[in-house]
Amino acid sequence: MKIAVIKYNAGNIRSVAFALERLNMNFEITDDPEKIGSADKVIFPGVGEASTTMKYLKEKKLNQLIVSLKQPVLGICLGMQLMCKFSEENSTACLGIFDEEVKKFKPDNNHKVPHMGWNSLQLNSNWLNNTLQDQFVYFVHSYYVPVNSLTSATTNYINPFSAAMKKNNFYAVQFHPEKSADAGKMVLESFLKIS
Amino acid sequence: MLTKRIIACLDIKDGRTVKGTSFIQLKDAGDPIELAEAYAKQGVDELVFLDISATNEKRKTLADLIKKIAARIDIPFTVGGGISSVEDAAPLLDAGADKVSINSAAVKNPELINDISNAFGSQFLVLAIDARKIENQWAVHTHGGTRSTDKKLFSWAKEGQERGAGEILFTSMDHDGTKNGFANDPLKKLNELLQIPLIASGGAGLPFHFAEAFTLGKADAALAASVFHFGEIKIPELKLFLKNNQIPIRLQL
Repeated sequence: MKIAVIKYNAGNIRSVAFALERLNMNFEITDDPEKIGSADKVIFPGVGEASTTMKYLKEKKLNQLIVSLKQPVLGICLGMQLMCKFSEENSTACLGIFDEEVKKFKPDNNHKVPHMGWNSLQLNSNWLNNTLQDQFVYFVHSYYVPVNSLTSATTNYINPFSAAMKKNNFYAVQFHPEKSADAGKMVLESFLKIS
Repeated sequence: MLTKRIIACLDIKDGRTVKGTSFIQLKDAGDPIELAEAYAKQGVDELVFLDISATNEKRKTLADLIKKIAARIDIPFTVGGGISSVEDAAPLLDAGADKVSINSAAVKNPELINDISNAFGSQFLVLAIDARKIENQWAVHTHGGTRSTDKKLFSWAKEGQERGAGEILFTSMDHDGTKNGFANDPLKKLNELLQIPLIASGGAGLPFHFAEAFTLGKADAALAASVFHFGEIKIPELKLFLKNNQIPIRLQL
């Protein structure tokens, strides 16, 4: 299996690469449209700010490439948010794979923003291994995708939000599987098993 | 529910862990990678590596060590010690560190908080503050607690947040090493003051102290070093104790 990790100005590419190495997977970090297009699986990582990242993707014409992909694609964290239609983060028009708007968490007396740390998953889809129900994964984010008809797993912080989503060949997680110990490893394995 | 985090801190000097360990049999107790892996397996939520190498020359090898740690460790970790510029922080984050922590350099040059936060995002930056109570004021100290400054804990923490710190790591020098519990009063006050996560440090001796740091001190995370290294508190037992005391905590898969 050939895995392409989309190379762009994201903060966590090395961590994602290390996680794939721990799974003994062959992968390439690349922004070459041909290599991405011919890979069996594509991972779209992301840590950073929405508008500058979208600008970068457009400059490299990676935006058109990503939406046209037919093989399984996994968006992580900002990657998932950029797969939506729009983000409140600097009012950014995104890729529009998911017809959702990314919203900012509103802090209150009991909840700080960013949502940082380990929180649990409630599954409502079968692409994630069943044993992940109620398991903890690591989150760091200030923006979230509301629960919608394509939500695959829900997490609660201030309000319930989409921890994972799926539409056709597009898969997405808000948390960081590469930093989520054994539960995260299981999420990556769930994605890599999809045929 | 978002869980409270348990953080183990490892002091690193010239690429080796400083304090020995007796909590688990390691082939090489001085190997930070092996120790970190053992902690991760035991269910610690996060790790902090504090480089206390004496010279910048020796510190340059830190990025290589971080790369090796990131290759093996699948939980978030922070690196601190001697970071005084964006140029110091960049290779550590590139190497795979999730966050960097700054302390003395930020007191000397508060703009450093803005600089690192603007360059990488506030979620990458932990502001560590060492303070002790002098004449009813929590005075900020630097250089491993050896130098007192004019800064006061609460105003400095608030300023740090405003300048872009993503978390505050508060060590009470009065509590550190006492094993009598964390500084819950100032922690509670900090929590009321701040909108960013707060890490309690200094004073852990018993599992009960962690529970207090979360319930009385309202901390989001609690950090300890020697009680973990010497096996006085074992992480799986600590987490079970906290869970049984209705503290939201992550248990292993």
